[in-house]
Amino acid sequence: MRYAAHRLAQAVPVFFATTFVIYAMVFVLPGDPILALAGDKPVPDQVLDVMRERYHLNDPLLVQYGRYMLGLLHGDLGETFTGQPVSELLQDRWGVTAQLAATAWIFELAVGIALGVVAGLRRGGVADTAVLAGTTFVIAAPVFVVGYTAQIVFGLNLGLFPTAGTDEGWPGSYLLPGMVLGSFGLAYVARLTRTALVENLRSDYVRTATAKGMRRRRVVGVHALRNSLIPVVTFLGVDFGNLMAGAVVTEGIFNLPGIGQQVFQSIQLQEGPVVVGVTTVLVMIFIAANLAVDLLYGLLDPRIRRARA
Amino acid sequence: MRISGRGTVALAVAAVMFGGACGGTPETPATSEFSVALTEPDHLTPGNTSSSYSQTVIDALFDMPVYIDAQGKPQMRAAASVTSTDQKVWTIKIKPGRKFGNGEPVTAQSFADSWNAAAYGPNGWTNNYYFGNIEGYDALNPEEGEPATDTMSGLKVLDPETLEVTLTGPFSQFPVTLAWMAFAPMPKAAFKDLKAYDQAPIGNGPFVLDGAWQHNRQIKIKKSPTYTGERQARSDGVLFKIYASRDTAYTDLRADRVDLLQTIPPASAPEAKRLLGDRFLATPGGTMDYLGFPLFDKRFASADLRRAFSMAIDRKAITDAVFNGAFQPMSSLLAPLVPGYRADACGEACVYDPAKAKQLFDQAGGFSGTLNLYFSNADPSYEQWMTAVANQLKQNLGIQDIAFKKLPAADYLPTLRAHKQDGPYRNNWVMDYPSPQDYLEYMWGAGNRMGWENKEFDDLIKKANSAASFDESIPIYQQAEDVALTEMPMMPLWNWQDQIGYSTRLGDVQITPYGANLDKITVKRQ
Repeated sequence: MRYAAHRLAQAVPVFFATTFVIYAMVFVLPGDPILALAGDKPVPDQVLDVMRERYHLNDPLLVQYGRYMLGLLHGDLGETFTGQPVSELLQDRWGVTAQLAATAWIFELAVGIALGVVAGLRRGGVADTAVLAGTTFVIAAPVFVVGYTAQIVFGLNLGLFPTAGTDEGWPGSYLLPGMVLGSFGLAYVARLTRTALVENLRSDYVRTATAKGMRRRRVVGVHALRNSLIPVVTFLGVDFGNLMAGAVVTEGIFNLPGIGQQVFQSIQLQEGPVVVGVTTVLVMIFIAANLAVDLLYGLLDPRIRRARA
Repeated sequence: MRISGRGTVALAVAAVMFGGACGGTPETPATSEFSVALTEPDHLTPGNTSSSYSQTVIDALFDMPVYIDAQGKPQMRAAASVTSTDQKVWTIKIKPGRKFGNGEPVTAQSFADSWNAAAYGPNGWTNNYYFGNIEGYDALNPEEGEPATDTMSGLKVLDPETLEVTLTGPFSQFPVTLAWMAFAPMPKAAFKDLKAYDQAPIGNGPFVLDGAWQHNRQIKIKKSPTYTGERQARSDGVLFKIYASRDTAYTDLRADRVDLLQTIPPASAPEAKRLLGDRFLATPGGTMDYLGFPLFDKRFASADLRRAFSMAIDRKAITDAVFNGAFQPMSSLLAPLVPGYRADACGEACVYDPAKAKQLFDQAGGFSGTLNLYFSNADPSYEQWMTAVANQLKQNLGIQDIAFKKLPAADYLPTLRAHKQDGPYRNNWVMDYPSPQDYLEYMWGAGNRMGWENKEFDDLIKKANSAASFDESIPIYQQAEDVALTEMPMMPLWNWQDQIGYSTRLGDVQITPYGANLDKITVKRQ
């Protein structure tokens, strides 16, 4: 408990540092976001001045950041260049990304561990080779190739899934993009599980357990697998945050109006408040995910739990 | 809710025509609704957006004073007539008895209010610029401080059906400009809360908003109960489905998940033609690409050198290779659909002739130093065609040292505005209204990106603007175009094509470069 509180306290400086760094990064981007909004059309200087003033773009970095933080304390996240409040935008979009990330995460957890176990138990067999080859391919193929291919084949040609959009809601609309997004992590989970399992199956305590006459299912399921899952849990924890942040391409291909799409658009438009707002929430998710992973370690491995106490 | 008598009749007629269409749940569109793929609009206030996505929606929600017919000629829509004796003081008669979607009558004041709001500097609206030639504009946009007034002295409401507009000088193109969405009327209700209005605009057009604008997801509109104009909607409503990527929208069109897509990516054009047959339409649009020269860099000071560049570029090879032949090589500064367009205005200077180009290039003294080519990173096709341009310049003119300056979009436009580019740059133009003036004056006129100054050109534009009629202005604009082509501060490259596809459910799709005409589309019963 004290450990959890300690970790939460650590989050405060991390929070301030990240928001400031992100804000500064958007600030130093070259160019003029207001002029870019007008595109190739002529804009009088008068209008440009009004807009710059409205978004405080003439102020120095520290003043802008201070104003933003002050607003944040009052629950005001600022607004986009089109006048939409950022808080409203986050509310709209957050659900989409969370559903997508959750689908992907469940997919890589369930299928990844299952594949890893199958491959690990039959090391060198056909299943093992197939898993190795398959995961190598998935890791090597860029996500947009996997995404567009899946969309054309499973969505358009076979009609198994909707091609794009969120019309069907969860899970229908999220299955295919979830699998695409989760495929990369799945490959890692499968390989991590396999390697750790192979190693642990050769270890002393497994031999001892087998020698005591324990059934193989119990030896594998409780003794070997539980220890093998420690690196996997680490990966899955961090990856949940990655999935949230890394959905840019997948959300674009499948037209899911989520956080990833928004961050991408906002960086292009240099919309500081949006980028910082989204990133701040992402940072908090990362912190929470890491905390959850640390606490899970204890459950999986008593040695870690005792060392802390 | 009160529905006017006429509205009830219209609804009853609609219900008979599209029997059984009513009562559909929001998730499953009723049989006489159709969906249109769209990119998220920035704003939906007519005076505060210039994006083509917004225009598709605004064109369905509003009747502009004038519209452009399929032949490119201005015709009356919300206005009954637009007349002037001296091209400076214009009298606009408004058609009587028209209503906004909320029941408010459309009067001359509705137009004056809307235009004043757009021209009012502190509002910071995108289309502010288009009101610059109305008398009193300056008072709303002072150099320093807040304006003392919020109405332009050049706008006079003589009676509810008559608006008198006084311009700062004669301008023969004024009626054509009234087709641009910035000139739409706004109801009194809008000015209580302009921010709320931007989210839920009330217009005088054949459709009204149906439910809230769901950002990045959808905008729903339905047949207006109060509309009595010529554009009675032939469907019950339209669902705009918002896409972040054109490719995804195209996939959805193929999967029959969206009925109409106006922007099929050029790369997919041959496939779309094959798959959709006569449900694929390709029409030359008003959008042009140009290559501009920075004349303030003295290496580009010679017109011969600029012409040599133009003759060294094989436009046809590039449009075939990069745009699948979907874009048309141009030998004119104007797009083909603009009145006054001449297919070969440029003549020899736009014909690919590497031998002549090289000769001209050497005569002009050649080129020294690094040739930087400027474009933004907004679309990957820019780099593709710039690479082709670079290769042709290398091969045909022998310029070996060529570098790309690929800038983020937010940095690209400020660079051009500040004249910081030191090499040829990509210049794009989307037509606002079909007049040579919309191209020539905005791109080659005062304060242009090339840093080009030519008194003869400026005088000709001024003369054409004050010509006695639209028709009389055309030959004078053509003379101005000739000057700009001879001097070649910016060369034409190609004209974009609008590539439209639609599903088997739709009939009477009559999209022109000037409007989507969504009101005309019918939905077949399946």
